[in-house]
Amino acid sequence: MRRPSWISLPKLKRLANDSPPNNPLLNHLSIQNMARRKKDSEDRTERVLKKLTDMGHQAIRDIDRRRSPKLSIPVRSLSNVSFNKRRSIIELGNSKQDRLFFNTGMAKKFMQTFLVAEACKQLLDQGKTTSIRDLFYMVKHTIPNSMVESVEDQAESDACLEDLEVTIDTLREELNLFASNRGAMVGNVTLIDSGDTIDCRRMGSGGYNIPSIVEPDVIEFVEINADFVLLVEKDAVWRRLNEDKFWKDYNCILLHGGGQPSRGVRRLVYRFADEAKLDVFVLTDNDPWGYYIYSVIKQGSINLAYESIRMAVPKAKFIGLSAEDKDRFDLPNDNKLRLNKTDIARARQIKKYPWFQKKHWQSEIKLMLDNGMKYEIEALSSKGISFITEEYLPHKFSNPDEMLD
Amino acid sequence: MLAAPRKSVKGAQTVLRKALSTICGGLELENRMWLCYTPVPSRPDLPQTRCSQRRSHISGPRTAALHWSWRISDGILIDSFERNAKHMAKKKSGPASAQSMAKKQREISISEFFSRNRHLLGFDNPKRALLTAVKEAVDNSLDACEEAHITPEIDVQVRPVPDHPERLTVIVRDNGPGIVKAQIPKIFGKLLYGSKFHRLKMSRGQQGIGISAAAMYGQLTTGKPIKVTSKISPRKKRGSYFEIRIDTKTNNPIIQTDEEVPWEHPKGTRIEIELEGKAGKGRQSVLEYLRFTAVSNPHATITYLGPDGEKLNIERATKELPEEPREIKPHPYGVELGVLTKMMHDTKCRNISSFLNQDFCRVSSRVAKQICEAARLKPTSRPSRIARTEADRLYKAINATKLMNPPTDCISPIGEALLIKGLQQNFDAEFYTSFTRSPSVYRGNPFQVEVALAYGGDIPPDGTVQVMRIANRVPLQYQPGSCAVTQAVSDVDWKSYRLSQGRGGMPEGPVVIMVHFASVWVPFTSESKEAIASYDVILKELKLAIQECGRRLSRHLRGRELAQAQAKRRNIFELYIQELAESVHRLTGEPKQPIQDGLVAIAQRATERADANDRKEVRQDKRANKKVAKKSMVVENGNGNSNGNGNAEAQLDLFAEAEEAG
Repeated sequence: MRRPSWISLPKLKRLANDSPPNNPLLNHLSIQNMARRKKDSEDRTERVLKKLTDMGHQAIRDIDRRRSPKLSIPVRSLSNVSFNKRRSIIELGNSKQDRLFFNTGMAKKFMQTFLVAEACKQLLDQGKTTSIRDLFYMVKHTIPNSMVESVEDQAESDACLEDLEVTIDTLREELNLFASNRGAMVGNVTLIDSGDTIDCRRMGSGGYNIPSIVEPDVIEFVEINADFVLLVEKDAVWRRLNEDKFWKDYNCILLHGGGQPSRGVRRLVYRFADEAKLDVFVLTDNDPWGYYIYSVIKQGSINLAYESIRMAVPKAKFIGLSAEDKDRFDLPNDNKLRLNKTDIARARQIKKYPWFQKKHWQSEIKLMLDNGMKYEIEALSSKGISFITEEYLPHKFSNPDEMLD
Repeated sequence: MLAAPRKSVKGAQTVLRKALSTICGGLELENRMWLCYTPVPSRPDLPQTRCSQRRSHISGPRTAALHWSWRISDGILIDSFERNAKHMAKKKSGPASAQSMAKKQREISISEFFSRNRHLLGFDNPKRALLTAVKEAVDNSLDACEEAHITPEIDVQVRPVPDHPERLTVIVRDNGPGIVKAQIPKIFGKLLYGSKFHRLKMSRGQQGIGISAAAMYGQLTTGKPIKVTSKISPRKKRGSYFEIRIDTKTNNPIIQTDEEVPWEHPKGTRIEIELEGKAGKGRQSVLEYLRFTAVSNPHATITYLGPDGEKLNIERATKELPEEPREIKPHPYGVELGVLTKMMHDTKCRNISSFLNQDFCRVSSRVAKQICEAARLKPTSRPSRIARTEADRLYKAINATKLMNPPTDCISPIGEALLIKGLQQNFDAEFYTSFTRSPSVYRGNPFQVEVALAYGGDIPPDGTVQVMRIANRVPLQYQPGSCAVTQAVSDVDWKSYRLSQGRGGMPEGPVVIMVHFASVWVPFTSESKEAIASYDVILKELKLAIQECGRRLSRHLRGRELAQAQAKRRNIFELYIQELAESVHRLTGEPKQPIQDGLVAIAQRATERADANDRKEVRQDKRANKKVAKKSMVVENGNGNSNGNGNAEAQLDLFAEAEEAG
């Protein structure tokens, strides 16, 4: 079935109105859907606003009873994170920590959390989104009659934001906050970003810049005509694959996250896997950090464990580079890098994580440690500049048993 | 070495012969003398000459030809060497036999020994030598004054010597009882001659080496004799004046000058030594030594005039002399087997029982009988007839018998109030405390430890703490590393007293610790008397005293921290209530005022509760400090002037109280 490569929005709207709901052309979009999502978004804002006001009311109740106002904040550390084997994602545990205002050690943080909450309410009221850097400046001021700053640096306001997210069980996207854009995408996809239709087949050499908020009310998939998603670790490799038009030949969506992928990239990958049921493959360097990038896509991260449920893609597969690829592709010895102390320590740490307990992963990490070597994806270039496009990836896709799950 | 007589040395020969005839005690000198002048290689700067003479038949039974040599400086003999000429001749032929070695085996004079090992006495470099000389003289003066119940006035001068930049003259004058004329040469011209070795009494000097060693050092390095003036009665107008050298070979004084000189002072002694020395500055200088001496001897007035005109004038802080320490008999526990046998030989007692009872302390006749029984000895047997094995049994029996500790009134501590006062004279601090342990015993010798501590104020806050070590009122300035005091300070866990502790264990912070160790016999690690040996009991006592001061310091610091915490608590809540009330108001739309009032009300309650807790803790601390309140003091305006006259009066009041209470 031939699909249109690009359809303008008015035309789509017309089509939607004219055609029956099962029109194959409109498999992946619907104007009703958009309207519903808009309503959803309004409802959600309502809900988040209520949570914020509730937080204030709770404090007032405490004050009326002459008790110290307090916040119960779920603990965000390895100790309060567990791996759910059945769902194959990392989940946040139940332990919480009380933050009291009348405690000399916590008073300032408590006050800051409320300042952040108040700023978020302001954003939601005005229906604007802003960066977390802006948030910092919204909260920052000198406390009257003193030399004390309400927040010293952005790290403080960022920490308070994360605390607020987990405390009232809301995401920063829902609080109308975003981080800086990171990562790029090309592929057989058409989407509408804030009303602008974007054809990801025609993004030139730079690709589509993935924003930090990719929720359905911001990015609406118009058409997805790809067979799978390929996420690569870094920009340089992504450029190679884009220049070689790998995504055209293999009909895939090609993304990179610029190292450890940001929330936006992870959420987008999740949406492709969830809404369009696409397979996800991850291509990283052969080192502990690469393994961890893959695991973050697949199971979620420790720090953002509360978001795993809407970000983790358990069906993601690790396509390379694997420690065994050295022999498979006869990589020259000149391109190896020796594992340094931090690498080795990190590899040993990762090896102990419950989500790396699968047999093949244990032997993979062991092999890398035994070799004492790491390889960057670029090491493949020694076999030819387009070796990765012409040999490596085709070989991997035709031998799925060489991928790691 | 040997050379034919030369005309050019004829004059020198005459001088030499004169000198030698006085030295050799009127011995007839042979006419045949070979003289040879050689500059001393190690000291080309000195106009010294080595002069040798070969003679036979000196005197007495010795028949061997002997080879003598003298070192001469400015026509004055410095020291002499004797060598067996025959042996020297033999030396080249074949290995030594028992006989030939026997000829070499001779008694070594104590002066000869120390002239070669002068570092053992504290004369290893010019700076230290000067300090040691001053120290020995001042110690002797203080000891003499105290024994004669005179409040000491000591004047120390160090003068440069014209034409000899490396030399200094040390002059120490006191107002003590003076020295009987007949004793002067022996005291200053004989090593190991003194009144303090054979008794057990707390005093600064112990062995009778100090001042004569200083004189010997002066003689060795400059060739000049020690000059002593002394007057024993105010009724006399003249004092006796001596110039004395030491014959290092025989350890006997050589009197060069003996005359009567007019002296304006009623009583006292003045000594003058010219020696090779260097006046240093800062730590380990004479100035610092005298300053610390004033701290540990608050009853002494000390004046000082240095070679560069620097002056020190410390008026006594109290007119009262320290209680005179009593002399005690040895305690049986501290006596070794050899000493015991010797005592048994020398005793005047006719039987063992009375020997034990009378020659030792803490042995009653009942206990003496008990010891004899345990040693299976007849109490009536003569002590001098006791055999070796029996002595061994007696020794074991003594150590197995339970004995009372020796009397401890033989020690006179400085006292807690005076220790604090001493620290105040030298350091402008915020907190002072001091603690005197009750006396204890090591190896049968009673000893007592006192510690004083000053914190904060002008004491430099970074780096390790300053430790001032004092033994029997004498400041110790060298070898801190090998001293028990240093070890005790670093053994204490200072972290629990709110001080940080660096590597090697020395605590860090604005702290001065003064430790006084008083004993009838201070166990120094060497004759230079700079470090106290680390007996377990001594270490333990030192640590306990230091820890007590540490605890008081920590209480003081805690009180300060709590006050800071209270202020901080108020500030924090006051600061943030406005902010919190504002944001809650904006979040909920509820009016701001009631929120803020509510928060203020809670804040008051919370801080009151916390403050009450703190007050309770402080009260507990105060109760704990009550007993010691008069021994510690906090100076609120710690940054006042260092001489602080206003302050000083308040401190004196505190003193009076402490003394009344005591």
